[in-house]
Amino acid sequence: MKDNSKKIKSLSALTSANHPVRRIRHIKERIIEGLLFLAASSSVFITLSIVFILIKESIPFFEHVSVINFLTDKEWTPLFENAHYGIMPLVSGTFLTTFVALFIAIPFGTVIAALLSEFISARIREFLKPILELLAAVPTVVYGYFALLFVTPLLQKVIPDLQGFNVLSAGIVMGIMIIPYVSSLAEDAMRAVPQDLREGSLAMGASKLQTTFRVVYPAAFSGMTSAYVLGISRAMGETMVVSIAAGMQPNLTLDPTQPAATITAFIVQVSLGDLPHGSIGYQSIYVAGLTLLVITLIFNIFGMWIKKKYREAYQ
Amino acid sequence: MSQSHAKNFVRRQKMADFLFTLIGLLMLLFALMTLLTLLVDLAMTGLPRLDRDFFFNFPSRFAARAGILSAWVGTFCVMVTTALCAIPLGVAAGVYLEEYAPKNFITQLIELNIINLAGIPSITFGLMALGLFVYKFNLGQSVLTAGLTLGLLVLPIIIVTTRESMRAIPNSIREAAFAMGASRWQVVRHHLLPYSSGGILTGIIIALSRAIGETAPLITIGALTFIAFLPTSPVHGEFPFISFKWLQDPFTVMPIQMFNWTSRPQEEFHVNAAATGVVLLLMTLAMNALAIFLRYRFRKRVKW
Repeated sequence: MKDNSKKIKSLSALTSANHPVRRIRHIKERIIEGLLFLAASSSVFITLSIVFILIKESIPFFEHVSVINFLTDKEWTPLFENAHYGIMPLVSGTFLTTFVALFIAIPFGTVIAALLSEFISARIREFLKPILELLAAVPTVVYGYFALLFVTPLLQKVIPDLQGFNVLSAGIVMGIMIIPYVSSLAEDAMRAVPQDLREGSLAMGASKLQTTFRVVYPAAFSGMTSAYVLGISRAMGETMVVSIAAGMQPNLTLDPTQPAATITAFIVQVSLGDLPHGSIGYQSIYVAGLTLLVITLIFNIFGMWIKKKYREAYQ
Repeated sequence: MSQSHAKNFVRRQKMADFLFTLIGLLMLLFALMTLLTLLVDLAMTGLPRLDRDFFFNFPSRFAARAGILSAWVGTFCVMVTTALCAIPLGVAAGVYLEEYAPKNFITQLIELNIINLAGIPSITFGLMALGLFVYKFNLGQSVLTAGLTLGLLVLPIIIVTTRESMRAIPNSIREAAFAMGASRWQVVRHHLLPYSSGGILTGIIIALSRAIGETAPLITIGALTFIAFLPTSPVHGEFPFISFKWLQDPFTVMPIQMFNWTSRPQEEFHVNAAATGVVLLLMTLAMNALAIFLRYRFRKRVKW
């Protein structure tokens, strides 16, 4: 009995705001909230430190090499005796592989998304989607092996003068790899289009195919843009497939049957060797990384602009 | 339009619908067949090489004697470090954004930033780690550096899945707990975290399966490709029995070992690469299958 009354007394004391137990509890809550906030803001610190480190380590490079030289020289040989520092061959290699990859990933991703969202029952979709997403789960180094030792020999039967290292097979494999990234975002965008629009279109006598590509696709275009931009970002940042299968020679070419080096492949190539801190080789990978980040950023901003421009709001 | 015209028109339209479905299915099939071909190709080349010795030998100049002991031990150590770094940070960040964050500029900034982190090339994480962890904090080219790098890389995956599974819990649960006098943290700790643990676990598994296959950032921080020794054992005979020296040891991981063997010209090393690929692939596919299974199970079982 006595024990119980004590408990009730202490409980009623808790309701008063200034009671020490209550104050301690309040302080504890604030500390926890602060810690959680720190964890959440860590992602901003990651971004800031990536940008900061890339810029900081790149600055000494531009004390050696003028920006104009960097942007216009047609050769990239920073580790040779006769060093040239023109980023163009690496940028062209990156764009070429990305282009080949998107040539596969965008049509495949769009059609598969349309199929899953508009033409197939929910049950089959729930079954097929996770399997398709396994494509994105395979480690990229395994895709590199596949591109070099399976796809290239296969393509050489069709194109006899294809080089052992080439942009084509790396790009194709990369394209297949990023299909699920594109299709899953694109499908989400298509499914978010309100049902009334489809019903209206079908009621006017349009076929399913017409409804999909003349009503649903334009209405979902803003969301589709994010899918494509993610695909582009993935393709440009992809490293292992191109390092293994596309060769690592900087090559200013638009011919996909040739070997070429991307920005990422160059970073890997230099990192594999012994790299003294502060040497020109060390600085050059940061410059390359910064260039990649800036290009990716430009595409993302462009994507956001398109997204805003074509956003359709339905109530 | 006469009736037969109209009928013809409808038939043509239906035909087009059918053709499109067919083309779409063929495209899907092509993608899945690629995956299957990759699996079969790797298995045919690599499986015969997978014996006990392959798992317990160090890499060697001689392809037939080489194994992946240091690689899988390294992968294991790095994964433990990655998990210890990414899970607390990611879950805490997810909880904050979903349950605590006020709607203001800072919250918006954090959310936008997490979306954009997914688009940042993984190799730039490696460059950041090389400049920051290796040279600024002097952590060296160690297991710790690798674990931190991969942890930060997969952080957004854990944050996003934590938020999604917290959002799925109906508000009535929170209100009931608040009405009983629980504080916000008590609600999170005793109700929201346990109820969303299935979803969070799925996200953790997906994140780790991503980290296992990541190669580029680890090459950038200077992970060595030829390691013929193991990290220091975490337990030993003298007091205090547990040592964390393995965190500072140099390491290699399975994807790097596979990359190294793939880029050699000799055919025998390609066989080793394929065998490593089989192990790597089985691990990632198994983890993804587990995640799919968990997601399916929890979705079925939990009915609010």
